[in-house]
Amino acid sequence: MIEVKNVTKSFDDKTVLHDVSCVFETGKTNLIIGQSGSGKTVLIKSIVGLLHPEQGEILYDGRDVMRMSHDQVKELRKEIGMLFQGSALFDSETVLGNVLFPLMMFTTMSREEQLERAHFCLDRVNLKGADSKFPSEISGGMQKRVAIARAIALNPRYLFCDEPNSGLDPKTSILIDELLSDITHEYNITTIINTHDMNSVLGIGENIVFINKGHREWVGNMNEIYRTSNEALNQFVFATQLFQRVKQYVISHEQPHP
Amino acid sequence: MLLTKSLTSFGRYWVFMSRVFAVPDKWRVMGSRTVFEISKLGVDSIPLVMIISIFIGAVIAIQMQLNISSPLIPAYSVGLATRDIVLLEFSNSILCLILAGKVGSNIASEIGTMKVTEQIDALDIMGVNSANFLVLPKVVGFVLFMPVLVAFCIATSLFGGFAVALFTDIITVSRYVYGIQALFQEWYVWYGFIKSLFFAYVIASVSSYFGYYVKGGALEVGKASTNAVVTSSILILLLDVVLTKLLLQ
Repeated sequence: MIEVKNVTKSFDDKTVLHDVSCVFETGKTNLIIGQSGSGKTVLIKSIVGLLHPEQGEILYDGRDVMRMSHDQVKELRKEIGMLFQGSALFDSETVLGNVLFPLMMFTTMSREEQLERAHFCLDRVNLKGADSKFPSEISGGMQKRVAIARAIALNPRYLFCDEPNSGLDPKTSILIDELLSDITHEYNITTIINTHDMNSVLGIGENIVFINKGHREWVGNMNEIYRTSNEALNQFVFATQLFQRVKQYVISHEQPHP
Repeated sequence: MLLTKSLTSFGRYWVFMSRVFAVPDKWRVMGSRTVFEISKLGVDSIPLVMIISIFIGAVIAIQMQLNISSPLIPAYSVGLATRDIVLLEFSNSILCLILAGKVGSNIASEIGTMKVTEQIDALDIMGVNSANFLVLPKVVGFVLFMPVLVAFCIATSLFGGFAVALFTDIITVSRYVYGIQALFQEWYVWYGFIKSLFFAYVIASVSSYFGYYVKGGALEVGKASTNAVVTSSILILLLDVVLTKLLLQ
């Protein structure tokens, strides 16, 4: 479980996160949603330690990352996997080389064991036969899957995904969402996904945090979101006619509470 | 304002270098990456060094003949002057200015692209010291290989002058060969090697610094690459004066 308590982050004179508090639960797909520029990328980068908030606490299963020494943070990072918006695969390494990288850097495994683990991870993301290809030679969806394989190579306890569906077609987006959800449940990890893809919100959002203009405005799940009275959230999630119809359909077919 | 900016950059450069010269996470990985960088930055530069050196050597020989042709100056002076110009300045300072363009822009654009595509963030998230992992092999590899490039430069430059003697009639081969051996001072060779080590460090570290702190996109990577070459070149020229004063006087 990751707890964010009263986090504030500013850049020069502009405050991007205002006293944000939220909880991301273990074994669930936790989503951070919000419009572009709302502060969700700053929040996820603050949680992983790429940015340093001015105030607040970020607790990884009770361990406050903002009060850790450099070595403790380094150790914690071995428990973290991250999927970046643009995949962030190493251009100079092959698909296999990318997945092998964390194993090579942080384990004492033999070469055979490393290869076995890397192939297992690539199989887990349904990526076979692309071992020797370079990132530039594979599609965007495949790159995301390689990045997921690399992120799970060290059996992380925490998985962070920054807009994993950006630039992908709807079908591939759903595949990536399902894969992230399956991995989260299978390995019981704390997954935080930063997204503004409504299919993800309504499909895998077991715990959703809505950020608006740097404030945490709403917390709930994919079922509760249909009945929210938060105007900003309604305008954001149900902005298109398609999603408005989905909302009307779901509400009209919902069983009344006893 | 400019002074504040310069001092900030200077301070940030040394903070960056303290991260670069940290103990590597895995020595074996560091070793293999250094060999890779020697190949990429050093060995791949040999053809360029040889092509430039052979022509510059030839041009120096021709210009020496034109400028010092006098009955009072012995004919072998062409070889002697060619050798000393190559040893004292061309094979280290001028060569490094050329390499600042090739190697410096290569390093800055490579690291800058890694920065804007979040590959450096990915390394940091994994707990890897990205500055150490990416930059140290480049600095060590390039500094280690630089004397080899200087040696290639000296040999091919002198061969360029020899080719002028062989294929033209402005100086005889025997006088040129005698000239490049006459009044030889071994220290000049060491002086060139020592200077080149400093210049190699400047090229690799300054270019890495500019690449590492890129913010933005492709346009900024291009600007960082240009800034890396310009700054490295200025620092090479500045160091050239300081080192010449220290080593030759």
